Amino acid sequence: MTRQMTGAKMVVQALKDQGVDTVFGYPGGAVLPIYDEIFQQNDIRHILVRHEQGAVHAAEGYARSTGKVGVALVTSGPGATNAVTGLTDALLDSIPIVVLTGQVPTFMIGSDAFQEADTVGITRPCTKHNWLAKETETLSETLHQAFHVARSGRPGPVLIDIPKDVQFASGTYTAPEKSDTSIYEPQTKGDITAINELVEAMEKAERPVFYTGGGVINSGPKASQLLRELVDATGIPITSTLMGLGAYPASGENWLGMLGMHGLYEANMAMHDCDLMINIGARFDDRITGLISAFSPDSIKAHIDIDPSSINKVIKADIPIVGDVESVLTDILKVWKARGRTVNREAIANWQGQISDWRKVECLKYTQEGKVIKPQYALERLEALTKDHDRYITTEVGQHQMWAAQYLGFEDPNRWMTSGGLGTMGYGVPASVGVQVAHPDSLVINVAGEASWLMNMQEMGTAVQFRLPVKQFILNNERLGMVRQWQELLHGERYSHSWSEALPDFVKLAEAFGAKGIICSDPDDLDEAIMEMLNYDGPVIFDCLVEKHENCFPMIPSGKPHNEMLLGEASTQGAIEAGGAVLV
Amino acid sequence: MAALKIKKGSTSHSAYNLRPNFSDTQEAHTLAVLVDNEPGVLARVIGLFSGRGYNIESLTVAEVDHTGKLSRITVVTTGTPQVIEQIKAQLGRIVPVHDVHDLTVEGPSVERELALFKVAGTGDKRVEALRLADIFRANAVDSTLESFVFELTGAPEKIDAFAELMRPLGLIEVARTGVAALSRGAE
Repeated sequence: MTRQMTGAKMVVQALKDQGVDTVFGYPGGAVLPIYDEIFQQNDIRHILVRHEQGAVHAAEGYARSTGKVGVALVTSGPGATNAVTGLTDALLDSIPIVVLTGQVPTFMIGSDAFQEADTVGITRPCTKHNWLAKETETLSETLHQAFHVARSGRPGPVLIDIPKDVQFASGTYTAPEKSDTSIYEPQTKGDITAINELVEAMEKAERPVFYTGGGVINSGPKASQLLRELVDATGIPITSTLMGLGAYPASGENWLGMLGMHGLYEANMAMHDCDLMINIGARFDDRITGLISAFSPDSIKAHIDIDPSSINKVIKADIPIVGDVESVLTDILKVWKARGRTVNREAIANWQGQISDWRKVECLKYTQEGKVIKPQYALERLEALTKDHDRYITTEVGQHQMWAAQYLGFEDPNRWMTSGGLGTMGYGVPASVGVQVAHPDSLVINVAGEASWLMNMQEMGTAVQFRLPVKQFILNNERLGMVRQWQELLHGERYSHSWSEALPDFVKLAEAFGAKGIICSDPDDLDEAIMEMLNYDGPVIFDCLVEKHENCFPMIPSGKPHNEMLLGEASTQGAIEAGGAVLV
Repeated sequence: MAALKIKKGSTSHSAYNLRPNFSDTQEAHTLAVLVDNEPGVLARVIGLFSGRGYNIESLTVAEVDHTGKLSRITVVTTGTPQVIEQIKAQLGRIVPVHDVHDLTVEGPSVERELALFKVAGTGDKRVEALRLADIFRANAVDSTLESFVFELTGAPEKIDAFAELMRPLGLIEVARTGVAALSRGAE
């Protein structure tokens, strides 16, 4: 059936046909026709954000927590440029989102018209692909292709720039199934010879480790299930990047905790000493590898990734497998079972023994004493009081983010939304809004630092307007904590502009927004205050005043290998005085 | 501070200085990239090179299939073997890119470039320029009493050699198209 309709109507029709139920957006001159169509229907819910960056992060939070494609709609010029940070964030973390931008009419493009920007030019390097829709006739097909590109292969952000005259003009609507998606067909099935080689290596390995990443989560819930089956059947210990938390449960017996710059001692040591490293959907990011020349020197490295450009980019893979995690794990399990479910049980038992020795270091130990709340304590209590809830966590970026990754346990995928690759301060508040929209009855907590939180705090208005009971859990140290920590360690304790002065009264701020404010500074009151936050049916800003100079450990200083991590001030300093600078 | 054995004020601890210990021999490769001829496609390819810090030694682009609306981009690039692999993988990721061929490794290939040379001079120099042009099988496509414009087609090395010879004979300006290349044989 061919249907004639305006470009603006096509946008709404295409969104419906793609199964979109929510759009995060902000209107403006160049998208008014689309907003007019949105006004005249009830299938798609529009969430009015307070800033276009917020729209994109909210769409990211929605996408990451549901596995669906997130959608943002913004106007031309400043609307589009404000979306750039979110697009880049989604690109680095492989989050599938479609961003629709308005553009000045085609006949005015290039004339420096009001609110004109070269959106496609500006966003070319920060999208997986983008389009300037020049004709209404092809607009609907472009929209369907955009969803296809965003969700296929390695997911990512795409953008369609739609001039206003294209929105007004009429054309033929093409249904999704009639649209040509052959423009992009990434390989999803792994090479079976390489998979066999990997299974053989797994059978022989004495000190194997799984190193998993966001790719497992992007591949879908089935991939996490298969991963759990493989890990538990083989007894091979598993660590994960920041982006991959939840793919394997934190309570699982083979779980080592997060690895990397602020990863756990046992995880990093296992990575350094292993003889077989099985990378599943991670990309050897510099926060993970530390000093590359000393990275896991004695291991065979297998790398499973859907993106061929990830393989051999940083670390040479001995067994490269290009494919989708779910498909490759299915094949690995099939081959491994068919070959008799062999692993080197004795060697792996020894290896697990070695790992338990490393665990005894208790790298996350800290001391909560006196009348000041340690940030680690705050998160431990938050974990204890919320772990049985149907819970989603978002974060901002900095020390609190690392502590959240260390002290909160994730049992399932899609429960942890954080800006990993780009490290975007200001991500958490809008992301929590997006997650809560997708999961209205769940507990959504944004673990934040006060400095990051302020960057997109305007989205509290969105939370209040749409009755989204997001809990903003701010670890307030009146510092840019991670910057301060690096200045202490690397810049001679010269704390250049790394403290927050003239902070708002967060309780009053909450009340000004129409939300609830809670302040807590005494460790003895913390549990009760957290319960008050949880029991309040509405958005809460929780101002948790914490120790101001706490550093985040363990830490692999940049330029050091995994086995030279720093384990907290007290132990490090003690060890130095005793002559051994760094614990191994 | 001392506890961490990091010198005060040191700036050499950035992770961004870390480099893998892959081979560092530089190689020149000729890549043929088949793309949809659509607006912005060249910008995507060039943006990839500039954004990721790769080199472009030569770049040629034109539509080669009018019905299929396909363009062929021939790019000569240099880098370590690992960087060349990255370039190919990154090019392959671009949505309107259909095919990436590394002509340098995929068997023998022919490479040709067209160049125009403006040479000004009188007397012996002018005669010598014309003689050399004849040896190189360059055509004079424009001439005045004081100048020639020669057209020369050949491998880049031949173009370089001719330019070198013309320099003392009054070479004023050179225009080169960049390399076009095809694999040899029936495939």
